[in-house]
Amino acid sequence: MTTPPAELLEVRDLRVSYLTSEGRLPAVRGVDLVVRAGEVVGVAGESGCGKSTLASTVLRLQPKDAQVEGEVLVAGADVLTMRWGDLRALRWDQVSIVFQGALHSLNPVHRVGDQIGEPIRLHEPSLRAAEVSERVRELLEQVGLPRARDRAYPHQLSGGQRQRVMIAMALACRPRLIVADEPTTALDVMVQAQILALLSDLVRDLGVGLVIISHDLSVLADVCDRVAVMYAGRIVETGTSQEVFSDPRHPYAAALSSAFPRIGDPAARYAPSGLPGDPPDPRDLPAGCSFAPRCPLALDACRVAEPPLLDLGNGRRAACIRLGAS
Amino acid sequence: MSAPVLEARSATVDFTTRGGAVARALDGVDVSVGRGEVLALVGESGSGKTTLARTLVGLQRLTAGEVLFEGRPLDYSARGLRTLRRHVQMVLQDAAGSLNPRQTVYESVAEGIRLHKRVAADEQGRTEVDLVAAALAEAGLRPPERLFLRYPHELSGGQKQRVLIAGALALRPQILLADEPVSSLDASIRGEILALLLELREENGVGIVVVTHDLGLAWNIADRIAVMYLGRVVEFGSTEEVLESPRHPYTQALLSVVPEISHLEPIVLRGEIPDPTRIPGGCRFHPRCPKLADGSAAAAGVEHRCLNDGLAVLPADGEHRVACHLDAVLTGAAEQGRGEVSA
Repeated sequence: MTTPPAELLEVRDLRVSYLTSEGRLPAVRGVDLVVRAGEVVGVAGESGCGKSTLASTVLRLQPKDAQVEGEVLVAGADVLTMRWGDLRALRWDQVSIVFQGALHSLNPVHRVGDQIGEPIRLHEPSLRAAEVSERVRELLEQVGLPRARDRAYPHQLSGGQRQRVMIAMALACRPRLIVADEPTTALDVMVQAQILALLSDLVRDLGVGLVIISHDLSVLADVCDRVAVMYAGRIVETGTSQEVFSDPRHPYAAALSSAFPRIGDPAARYAPSGLPGDPPDPRDLPAGCSFAPRCPLALDACRVAEPPLLDLGNGRRAACIRLGAS
Repeated sequence: MSAPVLEARSATVDFTTRGGAVARALDGVDVSVGRGEVLALVGESGSGKTTLARTLVGLQRLTAGEVLFEGRPLDYSARGLRTLRRHVQMVLQDAAGSLNPRQTVYESVAEGIRLHKRVAADEQGRTEVDLVAAALAEAGLRPPERLFLRYPHELSGGQKQRVLIAGALALRPQILLADEPVSSLDASIRGEILALLLELREENGVGIVVVTHDLGLAWNIADRIAVMYLGRVVEFGSTEEVLESPRHPYTQALLSVVPEISHLEPIVLRGEIPDPTRIPGGCRFHPRCPKLADGSAAAAGVEHRCLNDGLAVLPADGEHRVACHLDAVLTGAAEQGRGEVSA
């Protein structure tokens, strides 16, 4: 071996389905994803597309009733099959997750400093209490909060400040990969801009890998190097974020991209762009392409077989039958 | 600008906090909305936009100032408010939380129809079922009968939002207030709901006030925009004026952080809106103002005014208006601006 694997995370043909009283419900249906050090990768899609399930499998946090196939390699080791002790060592230390909804993820009766310090105490039991609290205060500073805020309770902080606390917690054990699930969804525009700037700075300064999951493709286009657009459990388009956002090739990616108008674009005045219909019921997926029932460009052939993710060159891929014809 | 149907004049709302401090959520606001007009109230959390919307439907009493419906001050008696709500309806933020989980779609929509005795008032002699079906169909839920017996948990986010809008439409209001109508919805559903609001304006002449922090939404559907900051309107004008040539530093900053505008250098303001119990003196935006921080205000000789002189309430006269000392100097309207303060 000349070089260690550059991939922090490599997801290979991941399939996850939930066992429900009404049968098997496929949530993720064959997803591949690679994240390298210093890279920001976005996963976009609407509720139910499988993006949060994908995130949870990275630390094997998926619910017990989930059946998982495929591989999730973190620094070359498969998270899905590793021993419990190894998994515990990997959580926080190598990979950490910032969950959706900072308000509900913090314990209301503990000071935020104690909550940030908890993973540090667990992973480095030899540290003295004073050393832990010093590290906590450094982390607060790193995420742009005053050091003395370690004494605050969650209710004393604003939404943006709580999100910063969550990010400080994710950084606590100096992980190499961070997964952020909808990190800015409940936040105001200005606070959203602050948090996105903070995340970008951290990636640049610490060289970590970052996966951001969001329903808002425009947010991802702003901060990510690459994005993957998911629909009904599959990736339907992937490429550099600018390309996917400004020149989408899959009709679903195009719909997501135009859902948030460019201000100043006369074509968007009094013409909000929407996509009729709802995503398919995962228990009852349509034959052929799962997007076909909502697709403005669907052909008869679309309803026959699910199109593969075609390689369009330069790392660009899209799963649409019309792209294969040319 | 059409004749105003619903109007706020110098609307002021104080809340007393538990410690006894007085928080001024609205500090003198003039806005108006007419038939078939879409007004967007934009700003961050804490700017007072939701409080203003609530005062417009009479859910929130004013400390000072007045709200007028068809030129007459609101009558806050139970009867007066009931009459008002037949004409002015509000769709609350968070569709999932606004529907009663134990009520079917039919019951949710029929409740308002019964309360306001709409069956007796219907000129076409339609029954309650007809009216509920018509409202659901108008809100884009077709065929409506299929949804009658569904419960909220069986609906998608977009469907819940449509049921709420149907409940409001069933009363045939003249004005609809929508608080963040799409912020909790998926991107692909968002456009559909916004298109529905525009359709209501086109077909029924409904006037719409939409409360949002999303400038893209305003660009999609609003005729006019009021940008709010800490209880005041700081910039007001047509959507094109406000979003294409913003003049207030706050509007400029808000616009620069919209993710898709890549050609603008983002002006990320530090911190958050101050506590409304301690509204800063002078211009209320000065502690966060990038123009004050970078010396532009000093260079124009207005720094002293930014720090010490308050600004007049902007009149809702349809002109592009900006509450900023620096802008007043730059646009040469300084004299006119001072005249308004003393008036």
